[in-house]
Amino acid sequence: MSLEASFALGLGALALDVDLRCPAGAVTAVLGPNGAGKTTLLRAIAGSVAVDAGHIALDGRTLDAPPGTFVPPEQRRLGIVHQDHLLLPHLSALDNVAFGPRSRGAGAAEARALAAAMLERMGLTALSGAKPRALSGGQAQRIALARALVTEPDALLLDEPLASLDPGTRVEVRRDLRRLLAAVAGPTLLVTHDPVDVLALADHVAVLEGGRITQSGAIASVTAQPRTRYVAELLGTNLIRGDAAGTTITTDAGAQLIAAAHHDGAVFATIAPAAIALHRREPEGSPRNRWRTSVAHIDVLGDRVRVQLGDPLPMVAEVTAPAIAALELREGDAVWVSIKATEVATYPA
Amino acid sequence: MSRSGRRPPIPVVVVAALTVLFFSLPLVGILQRADWSTVWSDLTTDQAVDAIRLSMICSVSAAALSVVFGTPLAWVLARTAVPGRPLIRGLVLLPMVLPPVIGGVALLAAFSLRSPIGSWLHDAFGIQLTFSTAGAVVAATFVAMPFYVLTVEGALRGVDQRYEEVAASLGADRLTVFRRVTLPLIAPSVAAGAVLAWARALGEFGATITFAGNVEGRTRTLPLAVYLELESDEQAAIALSLVLLVVSLVVLVSLRDRWLVRR
Repeated sequence: MSLEASFALGLGALALDVDLRCPAGAVTAVLGPNGAGKTTLLRAIAGSVAVDAGHIALDGRTLDAPPGTFVPPEQRRLGIVHQDHLLLPHLSALDNVAFGPRSRGAGAAEARALAAAMLERMGLTALSGAKPRALSGGQAQRIALARALVTEPDALLLDEPLASLDPGTRVEVRRDLRRLLAAVAGPTLLVTHDPVDVLALADHVAVLEGGRITQSGAIASVTAQPRTRYVAELLGTNLIRGDAAGTTITTDAGAQLIAAAHHDGAVFATIAPAAIALHRREPEGSPRNRWRTSVAHIDVLGDRVRVQLGDPLPMVAEVTAPAIAALELREGDAVWVSIKATEVATYPA
Repeated sequence: MSRSGRRPPIPVVVVAALTVLFFSLPLVGILQRADWSTVWSDLTTDQAVDAIRLSMICSVSAAALSVVFGTPLAWVLARTAVPGRPLIRGLVLLPMVLPPVIGGVALLAAFSLRSPIGSWLHDAFGIQLTFSTAGAVVAATFVAMPFYVLTVEGALRGVDQRYEEVAASLGADRLTVFRRVTLPLIAPSVAAGAVLAWARALGEFGATITFAGNVEGRTRTLPLAVYLELESDEQAAIALSLVLLVVSLVVLVSLRDRWLVRR
């Protein structure tokens, strides 16, 4: 069971030409700048626009394959969550969630029972009777998620689901989303422009630039070896999972990092490669994190050089070409690493 | 005015006040001319009661017909790329600018007993529109429905179509989407359009008298009765005018701004 989207579509100035495969039980993120065609890609899968050539298939079921096949949106069995929740303003939260089951043939009482059970499961029962305009952004987005999930869709499409939330709410909803997505059996497609969403929620990533996918693969492989400047700047970051106690983070491999912010429990830490300084000898000064490691690999990307570092905490540092020349670093050399605690950004996992 | 509010420019206020005066003076005039001792007896004559009853029947029927037939038309105009759409819209809105008398003449040409459609209606169903209440309803609908179509078409264009896309993704077919999503979203405009159409139908005179005639108890609505009474009994005409004025004003004032003014 998987979602396949391999098609071309011209819409105004945009020429979308993609080949995307989203496996079941996994989250595939589509990351790209504004205007890259992310939303159009989603609308094509949803059936809001028809593709010009190619095909879209879900679980072996062809949804769109010109000229012969076009399954209308209401028969595609998809769950969609938009950036602005798009809850129907004239219906209560409960009736919004019941809308899907009702439209798919359930009786009014049965649909409401299904909706109530879904809200209960997500801890949202208290909001049942509220009209959308009375809900906060985070509450509305959770209801929208419940509305998409209650129909048990064959695939879940998330269009910037966290983008319109304020930063504090975003962290909370992201955590809920992570827990819910783990239980989704079908493929999930997450469209976002925020690399943190990708790192926190996705298993695979496809980078969409100018209507084309410029790089795709498992998160770790894309972050380790970004192939374009955009990918390097956005995603070419170091992602570390670990347990925080105050400002100390212990990684799964047992290494320790000091962060500036206090957290307790499971966290993600991200460190921009450009924030990592490399030294030949043990450095002195203020950086709280420093350790000795070895150079595993050196990649030249234009005027920048990405240096892959070995154990105990494998990560990528980005330095300029003159700097690497001055350090006379080669693969296999020993090197000292230093990182200021303020450069270690943490998010609750 | 609040201290922080910006004072509107004096000339604008003066002109606006003059305009309000222009609209209120006729109302004051008619109130002043009315002989209040005879108003009640003037309004309870058989002719007056008939006219009031007929006006209510015709205006409410015209508003109802506008909703039933105008809603699908507004949807087609707003949402489909039907060929010749500007021409269709022009045809539908024509009664708004046409003198109603000409509308009446046109209706006569199309539906009188001597026309092909009129004679067919009569022979096949026994329906005669001229000189009948049905004809008065048709005339009122002809001039009133454009107001409804225009209002609802505008509302349909303003609906965020992503709501409809979301509903479709949840499994709703197009008719369900229209019934459970689109219609509730434009409900305020449907109500506003229906009220506008009703108000226009209530005041209809020219098309009715030309097409349906001035038959007491069948087609003589309030405006027609006022026109007739003006020749014989001015006080009766003024009493009937007061009914029209009061009913219309009450409805228009009780409509909240948000129904008539597009945000």
